[in-house]
Amino acid sequence: MSVRAVRAYEFEARDAEQHFHGARIVYAGWDGHLMFASPYAWPLPPDLPFAAFLAGPLAGAFGQHSDWPLIDWSKATWTRNGEPFVPDLEATIAANGIVHKDSLRFATPGLTGIGGAGI
Amino acid sequence: MDIGVSKKKLGLKERYSLMTRGLGWEPSYQAIDDVFPMDTFEGIKIHDWEAWEDPFRLTMDSYWKYQAEKDRKLYAIVDAFAQSNGHLTVSDARYINTVKLFVNGLAPIEYMSHRGFAHISRQFRGVGPRVACMMQSLDELRHAQTQIHAISNYNRYYSGMSEFRHHYDHLPYLQVPKSFFEDAASAGPFEFIIAISFAFEYVLTNLVFVPFISGAAYNGDMGAMTFGFSAQSDEARHMTLGLEVVRFVLEQDPANVPIVQKWLDKWTWRGVRLLTLVAMMQDYMLPKRVMSWAEAWEIYFEENCGALFRDLARYGITMPPCVEQVRKERDHLSHMAWCQFYQGRATNNFHTWLPSAEDMDWLSAKYPETFDRYYRPRFEYWAKLEAEGKPFEATGVPMQCQVCQIPMFFTEPGDPLTLAQRHRHYKDEQYHFCSDHCLTIFDDEPEKYIQAVLIGHELFKGNAFAPGTDPTAEGFDPAAAALAFWRIEHGRDNGAHVGSQDEGNFALWRGLASSNAETGNEGAER
Repeated sequence: MSVRAVRAYEFEARDAEQHFHGARIVYAGWDGHLMFASPYAWPLPPDLPFAAFLAGPLAGAFGQHSDWPLIDWSKATWTRNGEPFVPDLEATIAANGIVHKDSLRFATPGLTGIGGAGI
Repeated sequence: MDIGVSKKKLGLKERYSLMTRGLGWEPSYQAIDDVFPMDTFEGIKIHDWEAWEDPFRLTMDSYWKYQAEKDRKLYAIVDAFAQSNGHLTVSDARYINTVKLFVNGLAPIEYMSHRGFAHISRQFRGVGPRVACMMQSLDELRHAQTQIHAISNYNRYYSGMSEFRHHYDHLPYLQVPKSFFEDAASAGPFEFIIAISFAFEYVLTNLVFVPFISGAAYNGDMGAMTFGFSAQSDEARHMTLGLEVVRFVLEQDPANVPIVQKWLDKWTWRGVRLLTLVAMMQDYMLPKRVMSWAEAWEIYFEENCGALFRDLARYGITMPPCVEQVRKERDHLSHMAWCQFYQGRATNNFHTWLPSAEDMDWLSAKYPETFDRYYRPRFEYWAKLEAEGKPFEATGVPMQCQVCQIPMFFTEPGDPLTLAQRHRHYKDEQYHFCSDHCLTIFDDEPEKYIQAVLIGHELFKGNAFAPGTDPTAEGFDPAAAALAFWRIEHGRDNGAHVGSQDEGNFALWRGLASSNAETGNEGAER
């Protein structure tokens, strides 16, 4: 529905990709590891290889967890905006079809968090 | 020779009429729609503005008199509090963080409320509501001022309060109250008054004021307690205004009912999301607790508002659907929030701590279904990490909800181990939400929320650095630059309570006040 207003009411999206100096926003969260209160956001260069995203920003955020070094990335499952998603670790963010403000989540079967409590 | 005959003193009723309705007039050379261009576009139909019943029979002259009297009493106590070092009589240094939350998060929205009511007191063509809104506008200004004055006593000794105005505009967690109020203030006058007077001041106000003001009383904070009581008679008036507004609008035209219902659905949800901060304060921040968030919800919402909505049913108004989810989140809300604030403590302007064993026992007793199962393990694990000297702290920038702007830490209703996310494409862009209800609000007015200023994104755009900062300079540290821009002194204003300057100073000064001990003034200074 449109906004009821005293005059025409139309605006540019404030967070369009062009405002991020060549980067695009990507969100990622780790399912079953609620020690991390929320998913996080990063501005990523579209030509960043997906593996470098895992080894860099993602490891920086989630690496403090004792499950992190145990992850077998070949078994991890991903979703993108709630839909199943299979990333190619060698391909770039752009080549993986990841667009601005995509929300990724990954699950790591067998890793059940601190004390098996999902945290 | 004429002898002056003194006029008969006006009767109460006559005086009241002249000082309220008598202040209006019919425009003669401008169309009424041009004089009041904003009270029709929302679709609310008012056929008879005279049917408005003034909820409080108060005229400006008596208003000044009452308020001046209240201010005199209040400032006498505030002065006494300052002179007797009242800040040292509070239960524990942790309590001061509640005061910080109040002055940073609540006093500025009182001020915004003043501005909002000033605006709509110009916009309604009915004189009755205009006068009522003007008085409320003045009340809100008085509340902001007295709160700031009372809390300034703490600001002389402790961190995190001196930049409250700047922090309200820029600090991440304070964008939640700021965006809440700007959403209301940028709506039309009817939505504003339903949102603030009814949904916030009537439906939810006890959930805000009782915890803070009873919390102040329980924790020996005479200053905050007094401004609470000083505001109480005003709040009673505001609640009456809220109820009168809703009754008046609903009775004027049946076409108003669905519009009002939509606003109630929206603002009850937005209000409860905002109260996440209060829930957390109640359950985690008060050294001497009043009641749990769950108990407050039961008394002030389920009991009181249940009756209210049953009463409004005769107009066709129903309980907002979000209440179902609020019930499911009731036993999770404060815990999720404290986990977030604990791990994001670098960007707070107050201190956080892990609940003690005794605190956790209280939490398990109050939240038998959820605390031990879902939250105690987190706190115990983090306590272990702290004991090992490697405390856990989040390093990432949280993903936020496009509408409420809260980091996406809410779990799926009924599934406390899965974070909730909702997603929408609008035009060329995608958006994410914490809940069905925030998504519904977005869907209703997407053009409004695509303008939202999300602090995480602003960081990445380079908008959270001081003007003149060069992010391309060698060794540039974005986190340090953002803290500098936010005016957070790292290690003093933010971080853990244990070991903080505030904790040290409080212990030192209280020791000086309650013993004859000479002190070497070890390290604690301002």
